[in-house]
Order: sequence, then C-alpha cells, then structure tokens
Amino acid sequence: MKPIRAFALVPVLAALLALVALPGPARAQSTLRVVMHSDLKIVDPIWTTAYIVRNHGYMVYDTLFAMDGKGEIRPQMVDRYEVSPDKLTYTITLRDGLQWHDGTPVTSEDCVASVKRWAAKDSLGQKMMSFVKDMPVVDARTFRIVLKEPTGLVLQALGKPSSNVPFMMPKRVADTDPNTQISDFTGSGPFVFKSDEWKPGDKAVYHKFAAYKPRSEPPSGLAGGKVVKIDRVEWRAIPDHQSAINALLAGEIDYIESPPHDLYPIIKADANVRLVVLNPLGNQYVFRFNTLHKPFDNAKIRQAVWYAFNQEDFVKAVIGDPQYYKVCKPMFVCGTPLETSKGMEGFLESNFEKSRALLKEAGYDGTPIVLMQSTDLAVLTNLAPVAKDLLEKGGFKVDMQSMDWQTLVARRAKKDPPAQGGWHAFLTSWVAADILNPVMAGFFNAGCDKAMFGWPCDKEMESLRDRFARETDPTKLMSIAEAVQVRVGQYPTHVHVGQWYGAAAVRKTVDGMIAAPVTVFWSVEKKGR
Amino acid sequence: MYVYIARRLVATIPVMAVVAVFVFLLLRLAAGDPAAIIAGDNATSQQVADIRSKLGLDQPITQQFAIWIGSVLQGDLGESFFFKKKVSELILGRLEPTLALAAVTVVLAVALAVPLGVIAGYRHGTWIDRLVMGLSVLGFSVPVFVVGYLLIYVFAIYLNWLPVQGYQPLHEGFGGFIQRLILPAFTLAAVYVALIARITRTSVLEVLNADYVRTARAKGLGDGVVLGRHVLRNAAVPIVTVIGIGIALLIGGVVVTESVYSIPGLGRLTVDAVLARDYPTIQAVVLLFSLVYVLINLLVDVLYTVLDPRIRY
Repeated sequence: MKPIRAFALVPVLAALLALVALPGPARAQSTLRVVMHSDLKIVDPIWTTAYIVRNHGYMVYDTLFAMDGKGEIRPQMVDRYEVSPDKLTYTITLRDGLQWHDGTPVTSEDCVASVKRWAAKDSLGQKMMSFVKDMPVVDARTFRIVLKEPTGLVLQALGKPSSNVPFMMPKRVADTDPNTQISDFTGSGPFVFKSDEWKPGDKAVYHKFAAYKPRSEPPSGLAGGKVVKIDRVEWRAIPDHQSAINALLAGEIDYIESPPHDLYPIIKADANVRLVVLNPLGNQYVFRFNTLHKPFDNAKIRQAVWYAFNQEDFVKAVIGDPQYYKVCKPMFVCGTPLETSKGMEGFLESNFEKSRALLKEAGYDGTPIVLMQSTDLAVLTNLAPVAKDLLEKGGFKVDMQSMDWQTLVARRAKKDPPAQGGWHAFLTSWVAADILNPVMAGFFNAGCDKAMFGWPCDKEMESLRDRFARETDPTKLMSIAEAVQVRVGQYPTHVHVGQWYGAAAVRKTVDGMIAAPVTVFWSVEKKGR
Repeated sequence: MYVYIARRLVATIPVMAVVAVFVFLLLRLAAGDPAAIIAGDNATSQQVADIRSKLGLDQPITQQFAIWIGSVLQGDLGESFFFKKKVSELILGRLEPTLALAAVTVVLAVALAVPLGVIAGYRHGTWIDRLVMGLSVLGFSVPVFVVGYLLIYVFAIYLNWLPVQGYQPLHEGFGGFIQRLILPAFTLAAVYVALIARITRTSVLEVLNADYVRTARAKGLGDGVVLGRHVLRNAAVPIVTVIGIGIALLIGGVVVTESVYSIPGLGRLTVDAVLARDYPTIQAVVLLFSLVYVLINLLVDVLYTVLDPRIRY
C-alpha cells in the first residue's frame, strides 16, 4: 500500500509546484464600503454648503491650506508662502508635481480662478475678498494675493475646514458661474470621482488617484500627507439607520459615518465592530432667535433665555451618554484656541427667578414664542421640548410647532410675523469646525439683512467682528473674541446649549482613520477585500 | 372589445390631467423649499434666493404649471432639482429594481396565496382553514417594515443565509439578483398573500356549493380535477380583481420595502424626492404610478372576458 500512497502524492505536489510556478492572480482590489450621513445628490461643493458635498470635496479636491489636528492652518498644496513686511502681499508658491486627475499640471491660474469662484459664494471668502485688491499670477506655480489693507483672514479663509471649503479646481471648471453647478468633476485630490458609476440614491464611487503626490509630513487633521491605502471607496446610500447597522454587522459594509446615538448599544454588543470618535471638536447645539418680531426684538427678553437655559438638560435629553456630550460655556467651542468663558458668568444655570425678573423688567406681554421643532432628525428632535419646558419655567409662553427639518429650513428663511407663517426660534446643530471664531461662525453675524436667518442687527457686534477680521496679531484675537462673547451676552443672537460628539461605527478590519472635523478616507486601511 | 379598450384608453387622459393638476398644486401648497434644501444649512438668504431664481421657483405658480405641463405634453418630464439629470433618465435607471421586486412579489404571492386559499376553502372549518386564516390576519396586521426587520434578523443576521440589503442588476448574474430579492419579496408579499388567500377562500367556498360542482363530483371526478377545472376557473374573477387592486398595495409597499432593504428603485426615488422637495421628480413619479394603476385596472377588466366568456363589453 505504501508505494500507492506515495504515488498518490504526485499530483498534489505537482499542483503545489504549479501554484508556485504560475504567476499569481493580480492583487485583489481593496474596497471600502461606507454609509455616509446622507446620500450624495449634488457634487459641486461651492454651489451648496451641504456637509455631504463638502465631504465629497475632500475626496476629489485639494486645498491650498488646511487645518491640522491642533487647529492650526498649514500649507497643503502650497510649498511655501511669504507675507510682505507691510502685510499687504501674500506670495504663494504651489508644490512641484501637483496634477489634475486628467494628468495636466495644477497651475496658479487654476488656483486664482478657484479662489474667486469660492469667494463669490462663501461668506468668509466674501469677507476676505473685501480686503483683496488683486490676485496676480506670477508664474505657473506662483501667485500673489495683494490686499488693500492688512487682515488676518487670508490663511484662515483659505484653510477653512468646513462649508464652503476653498477647493481647487481646474480653471475651465472654476470659471463656471458660481450659481451654476459644475459638470466636470476633475480635481487634484487623493481620490478620483467615478461619475460613470455614480448612481444617486444607490452609490458614489471613488478610486485612488495613483499620481497624487502626498506631503511628506504625517497626516494631522485635514493637513499633512494624504496617503491613500484603499483602491476604491464606495459611499452606499442606506438611509434607514437600522438597515445600515444590520449591513455593518453582517459585514456587507465597513463603516457608518454617523449612526444615531440610540443605536450605539447594538454596535457595542458586536465583537466585530467598534465605535470611534473621529471629530474631536464635535458639534454645538444652538438656540437661534428671530430678532425681527416681538418679543425677541427686545434684547432684554432674549437675555432672559440665557438665564432660563442650562446645557445639561439639552444634551442629556438628546445624547444621553455623558461619554458623547460636554457642558461647555465658551461659545467658540471647548478645546480650541479661542475658548473663553468671559461674559458667560451667571448664564446657562437655569436661574428661573432671574429670567422672570428680566421679563417683567422688559415688559414681556405674554406673546407665545413660536418654537419650531424638527421631528425627523434624531439629533435634534428632543431639543425643542427641553427648550419649551425651560422657557416656560423661566416665564415665557411657548407655542411649539412640530415639522420635518426641510419644512423648518424653508420656514426659517421667512421674515413674516410668526402668526403669518414666520417663527420666533428654533434649535439646530453646528459642526464645531464652522464656528471657531466670530467671523467664521455665521450666527454672530449681526449685519441686519445680510445676517443669517434671525437677522440680528447690532453695530457694536459688527464693529467687533470687523476688528477681528482686520487683526493680524494672533495674540490680540483672543481679547476681541472675549469682547464678542460679552456682547452676545448683552445682545443675544443665539444661545449655545451644549457640545456633543458623534462616533463612527467601523468594522475591526478597518483601521487608520484620521481624527478630523470632516470624515476623510486617506490613511484608512482595510484588511481583506 | 377593441372599441371598449380604445374608449378606456381615451378616458385615462382626463384622469391623468386631474392627477397632474392635483400633484402640482399639492406640492406647491405643502411646506418646504427645495432651494433652501439645496443651498444647505450654512447658506445665507441671498444664496437661497439665487438658487430659487435659478430653478424658476420665483415665477408665479400658473407660469410654473404652464411650463411644466407644456414640457410633459412634449414628452419631457423635466430635470431633477438635485440630481442634475433628466427625470426620465432617473426613472429609467430606477425601473429595473422596482419591476423586478414587483414581479417576484406578485409571482410569489400568487403561487403561495391561491393554493393556500383553495385548500382553506376546500377544507373549510378544519385546522388547515383556521391556520391559513390566522396567518392571513397576521399578514394584514403586521406592518411591512416590521416583517422586513424580522426577516432580516432571522435570515440575514442570525442564520447568515441571505444578504441584509442591496440590489444586484440581472445582467450581473441571476444568482445574486434573486438572492437579494428573496427577503424583500417575502416582506412585500406578506400582506398580498393574506389578501389574495382570503378572497380565494371565499370565492372557492361560494363555488363549491354550486350545482355544477356537485354534478362534477357525481360524475366521479377526482378532487384535483374538480378544484382545478371547475372550482378555480369559476372563482377566478374575484381573485384576479383582488390581484389588480393589490397593485395599489404593492406601490405603497415598494416605497417602504425599498427603504428597509436599501433597493435603489422607484420607491426609494419617491421617498428621496419627497424629502428633498424635488418637485419635477415627485410629479413625474406620481404621474407614472397613476398611469400604471389605470392601466392595470384596464388589464384586469380585459382579463375578465378571457376568464368568463359570459362577460361582454
């Protein structure tokens, strides 16, 4: 029997030898399947401020400057920049070897056109451009930003991390009217958008851009080397949260950007997935006033809200788990360079007696506050009932009206009196990266008709914001931010009601995610296919 | 007969016109502003106004209606506010998953419900009858999304037999195509099976007491032949009617089922369009669903004449 057994091994050995001798199959393509917070319907990150389009922008486009993990602005596409001694001229030189996805080189002409298109839409860009005299092109890699007067806004604006982000596009694309959507999706970012595979309502697909030239520094926040370790990223549209989590648990997807907090226990219970907080700055809940109509046209009555509210009740009602919320009095977000509690003394402690006294002093006539409640977004739904309760305890009458978020978005743009389809107040959430200083944070804008919905109108606030924009000495920015915060106490534009954090749900085969205010996919690795 | 069909087809024109006016007005009267949604949360009032003007939403409603209906009459359903694509392209792209899901559901429902209803009717009053009727009450009572989640938990997560979600087009392989349709089709079929089984049972019970059935039995025909040739054929008209009516349930069910199973079909397109106030897409999808409904009813009426030669139009 022995010779027969040995003979039987021959084909097995032959097969093994053949496996060694034959060229192996091509390396399997690694694909990361992700469920983002929303489906990608629009693909022009300058045309809309929607966060999903901003995230798409970070995949496809690159930025001149970017915010690092410490909140500092660092060069990204830029090799070096110089500021003239009179602080009126910024000379910006691009890195060598930057390419668009079609293989043509990135030029300074492209960048100037991109900055112009972005600045025509973005409020911080518009502010920056109000200081700009000219943007001459010096050579293919160098251009200048020449100012009429010094401002500290140039780098902050060009390194702005959130909507609208100044993404660089080829000149032929950037020359598109800012109010018309682009139809050419060529970028120079680390991923190429596969428009032929894009099926709105199903998936958006990105391929690794093989010719992308990452910076040599390690990644930090949105800055540093953008080294792509995945061949293909698919954003799958699964709008139902439970379905997305089921798909994650079954291994059909790898990553959910923002599962709702109430489903965290299901994720935590599975050994193959984990929750990761990737946005260390988090988000801030905000109660916004409409200052056009009684009683909130009276600053003293709005001040009463500072006294009636406390943050703990809001974040407990919505987030629940203290691991994912923070009570934070500083308006410019805890853990950032402009964090300060100045002007917040006595506020946000639910001092109902003080609130009632202020209302009496201001002659509040019992007009019910029309408070809009959004009912379809889990991270917002419970805020309004808490606000109603605290306002009533503080002496207000409240008429809470429930609606879906899109109805609220449309209604908040109306200036009509509340009795005729307008509103007095609503609650929303800001990504912390959007509100790091008084110029960037839209709710501080008190420019009357030019302000965001709510339309506060205060010369002193605008003068402070203007000072902030003109200040070039970083050490003096804090004192202006403090003055702004004190002024918001006196002339309330909005009240911040807590800081919160969301976690991404990720399969344990995925690693290398970067902590940043925006979900990005460079550095991410995946074991297996 | 042909005159009847032609008359019915002509009658669809005023029906569709009424639907068009209603859907257009309802959307304009409903709260929400597509421009504000497109502009995003951080947009200024000016940005929203610019987009509104670009979309033509600042025009008077009558003018907007005239432009839209004029385009529809020329076969142009317009361009989606969001997807920057022709609505007709969007609908065509979403047609296959919905048609596939609807077809598999109807086949599955008829294949399960008719035999169950016949058996329940034939074994009237026995435990089989009570079991079938009990299950059909359950099918009616449990919401589609609950059935969906239950099936996902058992067959996709716990047993790991089938995928949780998604759709694979037929041209990418029949195996994957059918694998991804099994759970959604069973989910959607639950209520449909309940409806058809109950009506089948009732119809069979009525026919079983007819003289010609007694005659057939007296002639010594077996149970199978009696049921198949004499009972079911004569009970078919109400069954076909309920299958036709069930198409309405199917349209509603497709919206929920496609959301639960993340199938990129017309149901999901409808939900996405409504949430985004994408007027051109909503208008086109509602018109399409209405047209399908009208045509299905016509088909059912025509089928009556095939099933029962006594019916003449």
